Amino acid sequence: MIQEPVIEVADLSVIRNQQVVLDSITFQVRKGDFFAIIGPNGAGKTTLIRAILGLVPCDTGEVLLFGSPARPDTRARIGYVPQTHVFDFSFPITVHEMVLTGRMGRKNGFIRRYTHEDHTAANYALSRISAESLGGRPVRELSGGERQRALIARALAGNPDILILDEPTVYVDTPTEEHFYELLSSLSKEITIVMITHDIGVVSRHVNRVACLNRRLYMHESDQVTPEMISRTYGCPVDIITHGDVPHRVLERHGDHS
Amino acid sequence: MIEALGFEFFRSALLAGLMASVICGIIGSYVYVKHMISVAGGISHAAFGGIGLGYLLGIDPLAGAFWFTLGIATLIWGLLERAKEHIDTLIGAFWAGGMAFGILCLSLTPGYTPDLFSYLFGNILLVAPEHLMMIALLAVGIVLLFCIFYPVLQALAFDPEYAAISNLPTRGLHLLVLILIAISVVVLIQVVGIILVIALLTLPAAIARPLSRSLKGMMVRATIISMILTTSGIFLSWIFDIPSGSTIILLGVAVYLMVLGGTGIVQGFKKDRQNTE
Repeated sequence: MIQEPVIEVADLSVIRNQQVVLDSITFQVRKGDFFAIIGPNGAGKTTLIRAILGLVPCDTGEVLLFGSPARPDTRARIGYVPQTHVFDFSFPITVHEMVLTGRMGRKNGFIRRYTHEDHTAANYALSRISAESLGGRPVRELSGGERQRALIARALAGNPDILILDEPTVYVDTPTEEHFYELLSSLSKEITIVMITHDIGVVSRHVNRVACLNRRLYMHESDQVTPEMISRTYGCPVDIITHGDVPHRVLERHGDHS
Repeated sequence: MIEALGFEFFRSALLAGLMASVICGIIGSYVYVKHMISVAGGISHAAFGGIGLGYLLGIDPLAGAFWFTLGIATLIWGLLERAKEHIDTLIGAFWAGGMAFGILCLSLTPGYTPDLFSYLFGNILLVAPEHLMMIALLAVGIVLLFCIFYPVLQALAFDPEYAAISNLPTRGLHLLVLILIAISVVVLIQVVGIILVIALLTLPAAIARPLSRSLKGMMVRATIISMILTTSGIFLSWIFDIPSGSTIILLGVAVYLMVLGGTGIVQGFKKDRQNTE
């Protein structure tokens, strides 16, 4: 059964300083998807996410969230996990307080004080990523992997229907990364996940749909990534992609086509 | 030293210092973590325009500074939202422009302006009794506003982008923050003067930050540190007959450098231990 679309991007273009950053992007994310968007640095991946979140105006086309243009109430149903390096982690804030800020989107007005329910939700979000023990720690003492998980907990605190992750594993070492994908995989049973990454080697076998982005978006309506898709996206053949039923699939090697 | 407490002006100075410390602790910590030190510097120097205007119009210069800085804060807010100008350029313009306007006003003011110097460098021992009530009201107002808005202001400072996605009224909150800074600056001018205001705002916060796990804790610690600095500064300036504003600031700088050195040594030890393990 094909699930209803939760994110619909239709003919989306974004132009910045006379540069086309995104060129007529069209795709849908359906309920229950674990959707990966892969592409090299500078492909417009973060801009695409920012356009979906309504932080960047669309020059053409539109983005629908849950069937309607982005509104405060639909945006509150998205949990956003930005790249960790954009943060000032020396900020004096505990993990629990940071996760609490994920509840802000569910409130209205100027004065948004936290209720008992918010604190419960924050604790539950931490427990979903097995990080209850982190709650009282200041964020500046966290390791890279712990920071990443804390940011996911913040996104989960709002009890979202979609989780959007921007380059979640860039600053994480390999064993942590493995653990991290297991975590995402178990979360994906309950929640739609959209993840962008520049590293196609990390597209795990848990992902069920993949799109390649390099200013344009190349989409397969299955979990298959063809060598052609990779070549078009990266401008060269790429070594390995791992996803689908086959855990690791070897494509063509670099240099074979030189 | 104790006999100083017998003088009303001295008790007023101590009280003003303690109340100003509450403002320093709260607003200073927020300015520090939100990287708005240059904004605070710009607003405080622009306040000189209000002082000059006060002299020219024959009203209380501090009242002039109060309304003038509120205007400047609103103007900075409006321009930052619309003009897309680089914030440093904008701040620089208001910083120097405000001072230039103040000097112009003073040159047009007939007669002699005796306490101009104390507005520039501060003299808490000259704080007027009628200003004590004003400082108290402003301090209470700032504490109340900050308590009410603490969760949203914390969220805004930690991650402005996430605040925007969470549909926080970021524009309105930015205006609120700028106005709170403007009000604080007017109070602190009486303690250390225009030129030293940024130091009083940032030093206690900078000392408190490495000791604090949360913004709330940082604000409490910065308040206490500021109380210690202002009180001991006032006593020292009385005993040695030296300017109170610069005494308070130099004490703050000394403590800050000691804390910096101290944390540097502690981190060095930790590293050594890790290396030997």
